[in-house]
Amino acid sequence: MSTVELISPLTDEERYEIEAEIAHLPDRESAAIDALMIVQKHRGWISDESLRAIARFLDMSAATLDGIATFYNLIHRQPVGRNVVMVCDSVSCYVMGADSFAVKVQDQLGIKFGETTPDDCFTLLPIVCLGACDRAPTMLINEDLFGPVKEDELTEIFSRYS
Amino acid sequence: MSLQDTKPLIGRVQEVGGLVSLSDYEAGGGYTAAHRALKQMTPSDVIDLVREANLRGRGGAGFPTGVKWGFAKGEPQTPGYKYLVCNGDEMEPGTFKDRYLIEFNPHSLIEGMILGAYAIGAEKAYVFLRGEYHEPNRQLARAIAEAGEKNYLGRSIFGSDFNLDLRIHLSGGRYICGEETALLNALEGKRGQPRYKPPFPPASGAWGRPTIVNNVETLCNVPAIIRNGAQWYHDLGLTEDSGTKIYGISGRVNKPGLWELPMGTPIRELVDVHAGGMRDGYKLRGILPGGASTDYLVEEHFDLPMDYKTIQDAGSRMGTGTMILMDDSICPVDMARNLQHFFAQESCGFCTPCREGLPWVEELLADIENGNGKDGDLELLDQNARYIGAPGNTFCLHATGAIEPLQSALKYFRDDFEHHIEHKSCPYREN
Repeated sequence: MSTVELISPLTDEERYEIEAEIAHLPDRESAAIDALMIVQKHRGWISDESLRAIARFLDMSAATLDGIATFYNLIHRQPVGRNVVMVCDSVSCYVMGADSFAVKVQDQLGIKFGETTPDDCFTLLPIVCLGACDRAPTMLINEDLFGPVKEDELTEIFSRYS
Repeated sequence: MSLQDTKPLIGRVQEVGGLVSLSDYEAGGGYTAAHRALKQMTPSDVIDLVREANLRGRGGAGFPTGVKWGFAKGEPQTPGYKYLVCNGDEMEPGTFKDRYLIEFNPHSLIEGMILGAYAIGAEKAYVFLRGEYHEPNRQLARAIAEAGEKNYLGRSIFGSDFNLDLRIHLSGGRYICGEETALLNALEGKRGQPRYKPPFPPASGAWGRPTIVNNVETLCNVPAIIRNGAQWYHDLGLTEDSGTKIYGISGRVNKPGLWELPMGTPIRELVDVHAGGMRDGYKLRGILPGGASTDYLVEEHFDLPMDYKTIQDAGSRMGTGTMILMDDSICPVDMARNLQHFFAQESCGFCTPCREGLPWVEELLADIENGNGKDGDLELLDQNARYIGAPGNTFCLHATGAIEPLQSALKYFRDDFEHHIEHKSCPYREN
C-alpha cells in the first residue's frame, strides 16, 4: 500500500491570501469559497490535488469541500484554457438572439460549449444572466464584459486574447 | 432644485455624468444623513423614520424595510453580535439595476449600510456580490477603502461610539444564493442551499446570529429618507407605494435601459416613452414585469401602473421592476423552454419537486417546441405547474418562481402551445 498523498501544496502567496480572509471570519471553514477562488485565480482551476491541499489548510474534509466546489458555477473542477469565454443564455439575451449568437461564437472558436481550444487559449462556457440586459447579447471574457456584441466583431474581440 | 430631489438613487449620477466619486457624493450632501443619524438620532428613530416612509424591499418581495429592521432591534446588543448583509447577488434574469447602482453610486450603498447597521445594532456588515460583477466589485472595494480613510467606516464613526466593519463577499455563482437563507449559507462558505424557516434570519442568520438581509436598491434609498423625511419620500410615488423605483426594460425596444421614476409609473409610459417604443416591425405581446420568475402580463395590463399592489392584483409581481419584453417574433413555447432551462439548472437540488420536476417540464417544452408534442402534454404541464409551484411543497420559493412564467404562458399563449402540438412544428421557425 502506498502512503503517498496526492496533494499539491499551497504556495506561500496562496496561504497568505487565504489567511487574510480567515482573519475576518469566525472559523477557517467559512473561508472555503474564498480559498477555492484564490487558488483558482493562481492555478486556473481546482484539481483534486489542489482541493485536498485547501481542505487540509482549512481543517475540513476534502469531500465536504468538493461538495462546495461543485455547487458553484464559477469554480472550475476541470482544466480551462488561458481565457474563459462565457456567453449569456438567459432570457433577455435569448429574446435578442442569444441562440444564434451562441452558434456564431462556437463557429468562431471552433469548439462547443464545455470545450477548450487545442492551443489552450479559450474555454467556452454558457453563463446565466450577466446583469447587462440592456446590452444583449452579452458575453464575459475573463473579467471583461462585452455587449451588445455584433457577430462580425467576434474575430477582432477574440484576437485581443490570442 | 437638484435632480436628487426627484431621483434620490441616481440623480447624482446624472448630475456628475457617470461614476459618483467620494468628493462628488459629499458635494451632493452625501454622508450627512449618516452623520446626523449617528450624532442626533437613536437607532429606533432611524427605524421609525424608514417605517413611516413605507420603504419596501426592492429585491422582489416588497417587505417593509423598517418592519424587518424592527425584528432585529430587540436582540442582544453585544457589540459585533449581529450582522447586516446586503444582497448584491443580482442574478434574476433580466435584472441589471443593482449593477448600475454599485458601479456608479457605490457610496450611496455604503451610507445606506451605515444607517441600516446603526439602526439594527450591527457592527459587521457584508455585501454579498455576484462573482461575475467584476467592475462593480472594483468600484465598491475602492469606495469602501475611501470611506474607511475618512472614518465613515471603522471605529468611532463621526466621533460616535458606533463601529462598522464592511466587507465584500464575492459569490461563487448560483442563482439560489439570492434567496436570503441560501445566501447566508454561502456567506458562511457552505453550499448555497436554503435553510428551513423558522427561525428567520433576524432571529438566527449568519453564523447563528441575528442578521438582516436587504437588497442593494433598498439600502440606497435610506440616506435620502433620513435627509428629507418620510413625507417627502411618500410624495415621490404616484400611487400608494412610496418613493422612486429603478425600472428597466430589455427586449426589442429602441432604447433598452434603466430609469429612476416615480413608483407607479405606467407600463405603457415605460415602454413607449422611456424605452422609445418597440423597434420597427415588432409588436409587443407579453411582459415579464419583474424578472424571469414573474407571471406574464399582456395587452390588457399595459396601462397599469407599476407598483407592488397593482401588479399583484393583476396576477403577477413587480419583482425587481426590470421588465423583459416578448415581441411577436418570439415563440412563447421556446421562450418558456429557455426560462425553464435556467430554473432547472439553477435548482439547488434539495427538494424533489424542484430537482426532478423542473427538468421534466423543460423536456416537455423542448418536445413541444421541436414538433414532438403529444396530446395530453399541456394537461401534464398544467398538473406539474400546480404540483411544483405550490408553496409549501418545497423549502424555498425557487420552484414557485419558476412556475410563475410557465403557468401564465400556458394561460395567455395557449393557442401557440396547441398549434405546436397539432401541427408538430414551431410556426415561428418557418419565418
